[in-house]
Amino acid sequence: MPIPATTSQTVGPYFSIGLNLLLVSNLAGPGERFTLEGRVLDAHRKPVPDALLEIWQANAAGQYPQAADGFRGFGRAATDKDGAFCFTSIRPGAVPGPKDTTQAPHLEVSVFMRGLLIRLTTRVYFPDEPANATDPILNLVPAARRETIIAKRTDSGVLHWDVLLQGDDETVFFDI
Amino acid sequence: MNAYRRYQPGSQPSHNHPPYVSSQDRHPSHPPIVIPHTLSEVTGPQFTLDDLRNSSSDLTKHGAGEPLGERIVVSGKVLDQDGNPIRRTLVEIWQANAAGRYMHKTDRHNAPLDPNFPGFGHTLTDDEGRYRFVTIKPGAYPWRNHHNAWRPQHIHFSLFGPAFATRIVTQMYFPGDPLLPFDPIYNCTADEKGRKRLISCFDWETTIPDQALGFRFDITLRGRDATPLEEM
Repeated sequence: MPIPATTSQTVGPYFSIGLNLLLVSNLAGPGERFTLEGRVLDAHRKPVPDALLEIWQANAAGQYPQAADGFRGFGRAATDKDGAFCFTSIRPGAVPGPKDTTQAPHLEVSVFMRGLLIRLTTRVYFPDEPANATDPILNLVPAARRETIIAKRTDSGVLHWDVLLQGDDETVFFDI
Repeated sequence: MNAYRRYQPGSQPSHNHPPYVSSQDRHPSHPPIVIPHTLSEVTGPQFTLDDLRNSSSDLTKHGAGEPLGERIVVSGKVLDQDGNPIRRTLVEIWQANAAGRYMHKTDRHNAPLDPNFPGFGHTLTDDEGRYRFVTIKPGAYPWRNHHNAWRPQHIHFSLFGPAFATRIVTQMYFPGDPLLPFDPIYNCTADEKGRKRLISCFDWETTIPDQALGFRFDITLRGRDATPLEEM
């Protein structure tokens, strides 16, 4: 019998004391740069000023970093008083998926906040990416909700993606 | 490379837990969509001592002088579900001071700050999966969840493990705390044994004579499943 896994608990309102040491909003590495901006909004579309987002991603060649040198693949950013967050990084390459499929470029995302007893996990995909159509994970999402995890390109070229906790366009979250 | 085991039903809290009032406006209404583990979920960030250069595992040494309160040693092992040690993994902790006050601008609790206790610590587990912190026993403190609500004494723990799938944030409690039965956060999981595993044990072995009481808190991260990724 496997040992039971430890139970999750909320990060609470004061996580910045312990987690700010490793804030990484700019992931440096070779490749095409992008900036991803967005906000975290609650059930009433009010900003969540005490959320923490973490990202995990492959490098430009579609390889996940195996050591803590070179491209780290890890980002961590807290929301501000308007619920806003921002990451700058390099566009990941396509990575292998189940059964000989290929996954479209994407970021893995964890969302933590006061009020959440266990993190939310989701992904962000890139706009204008033909590989999205055949992505094995995106295809598990009902078509009407897929747009909630595909970032939108703004006029300035910045990518925009909001974390919407409830509502008609509630963000898709995954059970991993 | 294999996938990770799914959490046992009831072993983890749900996103919506009405007794914890702030979960109401901060949980998704749709159930999360179950997806297979891919390379993206079974890999994860790694950290080194270089990442920890502005912190340490001794929380009593982050100020100019000694912090007030009861000095304690908190140690344990980080294991996977098969009992294998999780080596060189980052452990981040944060907590209130002995008076029950966090050094944070939004904590308005009418209790004194301790200039010698910022309340954070960081370490990596060793080759046997062990970690050890020296700190101060945190105080209980009131919060606004319900009338006369008090959080039991606790220390926040953040761990990564080997993969994106193994990431967890939790809280460690202390044995015999009379507030535990009344705390909606501690009581968020259906599994009583799961809750009790969040309570540390007093430990003579790590107690330092004339210095500090020892408390032991082991953490178990998800283990590998028998299913290789390719077959999913």
